[in-house]
Amino acid sequence: MIVAEKKPIEEVIEMVKDFRKILIAGCNECVTVCEAGGKKEVAILASALSMYFMNQGKKMEIDEVTLERQCDHEYLEEIRNTMDQYDAVLSLACGVGVQFMAETYFSTPVYPGVNTCFMGVTEERGVWTERCQGCGECILGRTAGICPISRCAKRLLNGPCGGSTKGKCEISKDLDCAWQLIIDRLKELDRLDEYEQIAPIKDWSTERAGGPRRVVREDVRQ
Amino acid sequence: MRLRYPDSIRIIRVPCTGKVDVIHILRAFEKGADGVYVVGCLEGDCRFENGNLRARRRVDQARTILNAVGVGGDRVKMFNLSSGEGPRFAEYAVEMTDKIREMGPNPIKRFREKQAA
Repeated sequence: MIVAEKKPIEEVIEMVKDFRKILIAGCNECVTVCEAGGKKEVAILASALSMYFMNQGKKMEIDEVTLERQCDHEYLEEIRNTMDQYDAVLSLACGVGVQFMAETYFSTPVYPGVNTCFMGVTEERGVWTERCQGCGECILGRTAGICPISRCAKRLLNGPCGGSTKGKCEISKDLDCAWQLIIDRLKELDRLDEYEQIAPIKDWSTERAGGPRRVVREDVRQ
Repeated sequence: MRLRYPDSIRIIRVPCTGKVDVIHILRAFEKGADGVYVVGCLEGDCRFENGNLRARRRVDQARTILNAVGVGGDRVKMFNLSSGEGPRFAEYAVEMTDKIREMGPNPIKRFREKQAA
């Protein structure tokens, strides 16, 4: 899932303070799971903003909605009939959702309520860690299911660097060395001979280096 | 026991303090409550293992938000006691009431009164 963090309330206040009626739009997908922009967070933010503006003696109308997804037209369309009532939208979806909201409702200002961080997992409640960088050319089959692109600070493809100490990365003693994890798992799978094979040069053009990306599937396209 | 405690307090029963969410606390302030305190079982004694510990964290979250929006985080507090501690319940009620009286009314009420007038 896409992991995001709530923006500090002070920053949100600064963004919306000049409007009179806003819509806070949550998203039922990733940001709900990482507790940054789901229905609950929408309610909390609406309540907090409402109290702030009341305390300032300013009348601010705040409505709440949580869409199934903000990265799909069909769900964004659900609010089309009410959009003209609002001076601005505060979207608690990830950066993808915020942008798609802005594209869909071109004449309404849209502001982000969260900082989108990475694609990752819930290690435990309240702890999320990165697992994928969307490089566009998955090599997990060669690396025992552990990604050196997202989990190695140097994105190394052929074993650890000299900074790997006792299974930890040199940038932080709390960070596992991805290559140590790969070697340990290859050993466990009795496939350590695969470690000896030199990885071919990676085609980085499928990563962000090649500019914004696009996937087109003619077989499913309408 | 017939203990007395301030009559300004409204008790809202919940099955466990773990049921109390941040939004419940915030809504109370939004509606004009001057203070909110959550009374849970003693830590380590939760029937559901960690309900009261969750409540404590949520009270902390509510405190942070109330500070950020200028209502005052000290208006919310978590207390723990056992069901046999009636006198302590009354003591906490007095303590919280005194604290809130010292802080004065919820600043949001001014806005609400102005709107109503």
